Amino acid sequence: MSLLNVQNLKVSFHTRNGEVKAVDDISFTVETGKITAIIGESGSGKSVACYSLLGLIPTPPGKIEGGSAVFEGNDLLQLSEAELRHIRGRDIAMIFQDPMTCLNPYMTVGHQLMEPIIYHKGVAKKEARQHAIELMEEVGIRDPDSTIDSYPHEFSGGMRQRVMIAMALINEPKLLIADEPTTALDVTIQAQILKLMADLQKKHSIGIIFISHDLAVVADIADQIIVMKKGKIVEHGDRQKIFKNAQHPYTRSLLAAIPAGTKVVSGSQSEALISIRNLNTWFGQGKHKEPVKAIKDVTLDIRRGEILGLVGESGSGKSTLGRSILRLVPITSGSISFDGVDLTELQGKDLKKMRRRMQMIFQDPYASLNPRMSVYDTLAEPLLLHKIETKKTVEQGVLKLMDDVGLARAFVRKYPHEFSGGQRQRIAIGRALATRPEFIVADEPVSALDVTIQAQILDLMLDLGKEYGLTMLFVSHDLAVVKHIADRIVVLYKGEIVEQGSGRDLFENPQQEYTRQLLQSIPGRALLG
Amino acid sequence: MLRFIFLRLLQAIPVILVVITVTFFLVRAAPGGPFDSDKAVMPEVKAALEAQYRLDLPISQQYFAYLGDLAKGDLGPSFKYPGRDVNELISAGLPVTAELGAYALLVALILGGLAGIMAALKPNTAQDYIPMSFAMIGICMPTFLLGPLLVLVFGIYLEWLPVAGWGDIPGDKILPSLTLGAAYAAYIARLGRAGMLEVMSQDYIRTARAKGLPEWRIVVKHALRGGMIPVVAFLGPAFAGLLAGSFVVETIFQIPGLGRFYVQAAFNRDYTMILGTTVFLSTLIILFNLLADILAAWMNPRLRAQLGESK
Repeated sequence: MSLLNVQNLKVSFHTRNGEVKAVDDISFTVETGKITAIIGESGSGKSVACYSLLGLIPTPPGKIEGGSAVFEGNDLLQLSEAELRHIRGRDIAMIFQDPMTCLNPYMTVGHQLMEPIIYHKGVAKKEARQHAIELMEEVGIRDPDSTIDSYPHEFSGGMRQRVMIAMALINEPKLLIADEPTTALDVTIQAQILKLMADLQKKHSIGIIFISHDLAVVADIADQIIVMKKGKIVEHGDRQKIFKNAQHPYTRSLLAAIPAGTKVVSGSQSEALISIRNLNTWFGQGKHKEPVKAIKDVTLDIRRGEILGLVGESGSGKSTLGRSILRLVPITSGSISFDGVDLTELQGKDLKKMRRRMQMIFQDPYASLNPRMSVYDTLAEPLLLHKIETKKTVEQGVLKLMDDVGLARAFVRKYPHEFSGGQRQRIAIGRALATRPEFIVADEPVSALDVTIQAQILDLMLDLGKEYGLTMLFVSHDLAVVKHIADRIVVLYKGEIVEQGSGRDLFENPQQEYTRQLLQSIPGRALLG
Repeated sequence: MLRFIFLRLLQAIPVILVVITVTFFLVRAAPGGPFDSDKAVMPEVKAALEAQYRLDLPISQQYFAYLGDLAKGDLGPSFKYPGRDVNELISAGLPVTAELGAYALLVALILGGLAGIMAALKPNTAQDYIPMSFAMIGICMPTFLLGPLLVLVFGIYLEWLPVAGWGDIPGDKILPSLTLGAAYAAYIARLGRAGMLEVMSQDYIRTARAKGLPEWRIVVKHALRGGMIPVVAFLGPAFAGLLAGSFVVETIFQIPGLGRFYVQAAFNRDYTMILGTTVFLSTLIILFNLLADILAAWMNPRLRAQLGESK
């Protein structure tokens, strides 16, 4: 018998704009000791389906319209809130996406860890603490004896996710629901957490539902894969079947969207557009304080017309390097020259003139667009500010930009909130292109996007790069993405360049240990080749 | 931590100096003087009085002499109560006002806190609208209206509680405390509601629900601390308002507190008494603001760590 048997589950949200069918008649089973992955884009209903099983969706507006979910002989959907509460956190536990916000910042980690076992099983405090320490050790948290009394902010993202996992496992649940547990983490940390989950699952023999938007992430660990789109299951089967023999076109498009190819680089090498010599960028310098050395003695050339990939984990200094070049952060020492002009010396008017030639695209297209400005205003502003178009011709300029970034002209009067994430990133790219820059720093431009959208934006950036003759610094933590788009890759670790070379060289013949480690962390290598 | 407190105290000195200077010159700019009266006073007597209280000196000398005394902790003699000095009068009135303020704060915290939490748990339902409507009324209603109203209802119609006094008849402290605390209860209810609503929508509350904890435990253990931080930060200014507002309540209920002395001093042009009470109250307000800030920072582990580092 299956651990969990969901039949004909229907969940809808009753909003002012009518009923939205978030989950539309889905059925699936989860087996003990197996990992079932549910894959889909944002809004596909994958999270709602799982949350509704545990009564965790807000009602109203949410409503479970029908179906059954049998877990150990009980239909979860028929249980009262009190009965369900005894199952939550004891028999079925959850891990959430963002370990930064999912732990209570006002309580020590130990308190939060011990809470479920004290509450559900009435274990004495001392015993619970001992248990928590053992479990922290098992999930790989160092010095649990002392760190158990720390607050969440004293842990890194990866360590917090380990705390979340320990917290979920403390009552030895039979089913674990993990909602995008690695999406907010660096690629190396992601690999560690995935391995930890697979190990724990085997050891404790629990069933896991692993929710993700990224097929590659679950490629190594899932036994069974369910693909959801718009509230329906479009395909499901075991891992081999999905990866080797996908039937549904949507599954195929998901697979195709995983950036896998290596960019073929033409042999010709142009001169350097940007030359960085012995650059240091330090923060928080004080009389008594040791500065944070974000960039340490970096020397680097970016050639005209190339896309240079800059790879590293959070805190490696990759964003700081991009911002240093644009003079968005003050540098400590060294020189940066752009087309023969030393940027570090520029002031006022000259700097403004130079800035026009260099632009930036940010990670989060939700935060980087002014919500009170329509697309037209957003795109027209730089055109007018830098006197590229006159008042008479600006409309044509804006429409041309809309065409270039693949947005319908009809959308020009809309505001950012009316667009999807991918469309917003197109607007952000359009804004960056408006000043006709020669150089663009793209800081994680696709990390916040769904996989299929990611592929579209990468292609757009490649096309535009060619059309506008752009030089680009493409900053990312995701090697697979960088490999797909970059001519050359630079690996940054703790503010220093560890290794650089063409994508092919780096992937086939990494010289440094850190690069090898990064490569091994790319999810889904086994199946994707 | 100590460094932080020290710096804040240091910053308080110029603030208090400005308060002293402005008050000093303002009271002297007001028409009339402490020894003017309806009856004609012999010029010699008036001159002798003014000499005794240094009022015959040029104003700048008076100012510096006052500062000199103040540095020694001496607030000077009262002009209206011969033979008693301001220090004495303040220490006589303070305990009563402090007690009234403390009860009012307690009323505000309990009533306001409960109403805010209740409202936040079921937003946009009757459980939210009813306490919030009362809070709105509480904010709008001035103390000098609420006080007599409460006296009318509970003291005169129902005859449940005494209508005036302090510590003479059992129960006579209830109405003044309620009157003074009501407006602050209303502010705290609104702040508490906003704080709790914000916290209840956080991801970690969902985590707590996923642990299978009952709702009351989620509220008390997980949400209360974060939700009450804005309330705690408000306690400093609230205390200031309570002290400033106490003179109305003290006048309505005939309570022999600092507030009544203060008001009488203003009518009497009792220069040293006005100045002394102002200096004393502003020092208290600064101190309590500092205390509230420290408490609010200490409640947040992240800020607490920063305070600890800045030694």
